[in-house]
Amino acid sequence: MNVSRISMKNYARMMQLSGSASIDGSLIFDGVHLDLPHGEWTCLLGASGVGKSTILKLFAGLREGIDFHGQLRSEPRHIALMAQDDLLLPWLSTSDNVSIGSRLRGEKPDVDKVSDVLKRVGLRDHGKKKPHALSGGQRQRAALARTLMEDCPIVLLDEPFSALDAVTRANMQELTTSVLSGCTVLLVTHDPGEAARLGQNIFIMRKHGLQKIKSPSGSIPRSIDDHEVMKSQAELLKELRSGT
Amino acid sequence: MSGWKGAIAATLVGLAFWQSIIVISDVPRFILPPPTLVAETIWTSRALLAEHASITMIEVLLGLAFGALLGGLSAIVLAASPMARTLVRPMLVFSQAIPVFALAPILTLWLGYGLSSKIFMALIIIYFPITSSFFDALMRTNPEWLNLARIMGASPTRIMWHIRIPAAKPGFASGLRLAAVYAPIGAIIGEWVGASRGLGYLMLLANGRAKTDLMFAALLTLAILTVLLHTAINKLCDKTLDQKTVQ
Repeated sequence: MNVSRISMKNYARMMQLSGSASIDGSLIFDGVHLDLPHGEWTCLLGASGVGKSTILKLFAGLREGIDFHGQLRSEPRHIALMAQDDLLLPWLSTSDNVSIGSRLRGEKPDVDKVSDVLKRVGLRDHGKKKPHALSGGQRQRAALARTLMEDCPIVLLDEPFSALDAVTRANMQELTTSVLSGCTVLLVTHDPGEAARLGQNIFIMRKHGLQKIKSPSGSIPRSIDDHEVMKSQAELLKELRSGT
Repeated sequence: MSGWKGAIAATLVGLAFWQSIIVISDVPRFILPPPTLVAETIWTSRALLAEHASITMIEVLLGLAFGALLGGLSAIVLAASPMARTLVRPMLVFSQAIPVFALAPILTLWLGYGLSSKIFMALIIIYFPITSSFFDALMRTNPEWLNLARIMGASPTRIMWHIRIPAAKPGFASGLRLAAVYAPIGAIIGEWVGASRGLGYLMLLANGRAKTDLMFAALLTLAILTVLLHTAINKLCDKTLDQKTVQ
């Protein structure tokens, strides 16, 4: 991600959500107040169904079916999303998947930029392959390349590494933090270890609000075997269990 | 190859069954001709059969092409517009309550005894299966793909063109596969009601003159052509809609 592009505006100022949300009349969450500090990684942990993905959707401007009451500051036009499922279109080549955003907006895809982005995620030689010919890790890297191609200063990550094996996951965490450096990132995750490694701000989400947890010191991605990271992971797990 | 072997074996069993009925029941030839006589008639009347078969196949192929085009476009319009769904869908369902057979005389009255009434008949009979299966597939697009496209700033038209239609190709293919079997039925019904050419006409003519062997020959020719058409459509769908690259 181009840092100068990101620093053009202080989008982080706009990324704020506070209020409550219901779907089909049933309350998903209330009393939530979340600010996303500019250029930092914010991790949102919580049990399934607590409304983490609803928060992502609200920030992304996908309010259909969500009854939200409160204040929401966001800039959906400057947001990119990367989900747990790579969401690659199976009938397109990796290159065409990476540049799908341009075609969807009726713009001509920038071929040089596509190859540059593929190179950055280590898929330089896989551009012509269809997604079914890629491994799980490669597919997720292609999804990361597609996210980078959007060149957005704000990135929403919806459990993007949870379907990967442990080694691929650790590698992807490192690659993603490196290529998204300077971006404002909201990472939704189930994994306390991931939050402890990547979160500069960590929140546990419960039905009636967010609980801020002190994040370990040091720049991200933090080392897996760092004493503070391991301690934070244990604390996060304890907090999560206490809420169930 | 095993598929072909199975088909040949099934045909041989069918022919043996047919011949055995004739031997056991001693049924007259004008009621049920033996397979050998039908084979002989197919050979001796090959020019006549080919002439009429070519007319029927033109009707079927044109009906199939127009039906696929119209069914495809209807499905896209229905999927794109909630208002179209509200207005047109009940009419489509109602239209299916009318027996297609009952429409054939009216179509002949409106469109005449030429090819057009048969092509239209084939079109009507395949329109619903194609529209229905393509529409269902268009409405089942992965919602996460749609969300991603919206976040990327896509318009509904571009989402339709770049995501929903390519993702729904297998649904269109299933409709087309069914249509390949239904379209000949439409053309034959049209020919029965009023025609001077085509396998349906030939069947009626042969039946009226008690030439049961020729009637069976025409029937078998139609069955073989339908199987060939279905196989060709299947191969075309498999080739253009490689499953690995669709879902």
